Amino acid sequence: MILAIVYVGAVAVLFLFVVMMLDVDFEGLRKGAMQYVPLGLIIGLVLLIELGFLYSSWSFADGAPLALAANMEEGARSNTHALGEILYTQYVFPFQVSGLILLVAMIGAITLTLRHRTGVKKQNINKQVGTNPSDAVELIKVKSGTGV
Amino acid sequence: MEITLFHYLSLAALLFVIGVFGIFLNRKNIIVILMSIELMLLAVNINFVAFSAWLEDLHGQVFAMFILTVAAAEAAIGLAILVTFFRNKGQILVEDLSELKG
Repeated sequence: MILAIVYVGAVAVLFLFVVMMLDVDFEGLRKGAMQYVPLGLIIGLVLLIELGFLYSSWSFADGAPLALAANMEEGARSNTHALGEILYTQYVFPFQVSGLILLVAMIGAITLTLRHRTGVKKQNINKQVGTNPSDAVELIKVKSGTGV
Repeated sequence: MEITLFHYLSLAALLFVIGVFGIFLNRKNIIVILMSIELMLLAVNINFVAFSAWLEDLHGQVFAMFILTVAAAEAAIGLAILVTFFRNKGQILVEDLSELKG
């Protein structure tokens, strides 16, 4: 439950951030949207009626709930505990893969939005570390009475 | 009034239909389309969790978690593409999206 709330909050903030960042002309986007209302309404209604039919008439096979693999054992342990027990044993491979998916998404998002701007003074660590004292300071013997 | 499985399922169905309706209504705004996709995924998630609680079977909740992961990845990548697209074009119209290549 808390996971879902945190997730929805994070995604909502992400969307807000993008809407804020992209200075979009929403009035222009909204123009002409009304012509699709009937089509959308028809499809939405059909879908809703189908779902209504589905919900009013489904049933389970005999003994299907008894054949379940991961019963909750009401009261024996908390939901989080029970979830962890099968998430880290039976589902450990999908769990790792989902972690990998998140990593790939993160790298993808960063590489997509990263911008190399020219003309910006940036620290070049290689150059900075690679300097020698002999390159930096040049000692010149100046004869007294003359300039450099 | 007790909240039964039927109420959860009706809520999920309504959310899903709102998502579909949003996609059909907004042929121009990509942000709203992404939000609608997110809404549909969350509606499916409500279904999963409702049936999981009703059947007292935990697999549904595990699956809901994986759906959340994929949805988060999808939202992040989609919005990143949107940001780069906006940077290049200066506007976000669905019609221009056919110019994306590669």
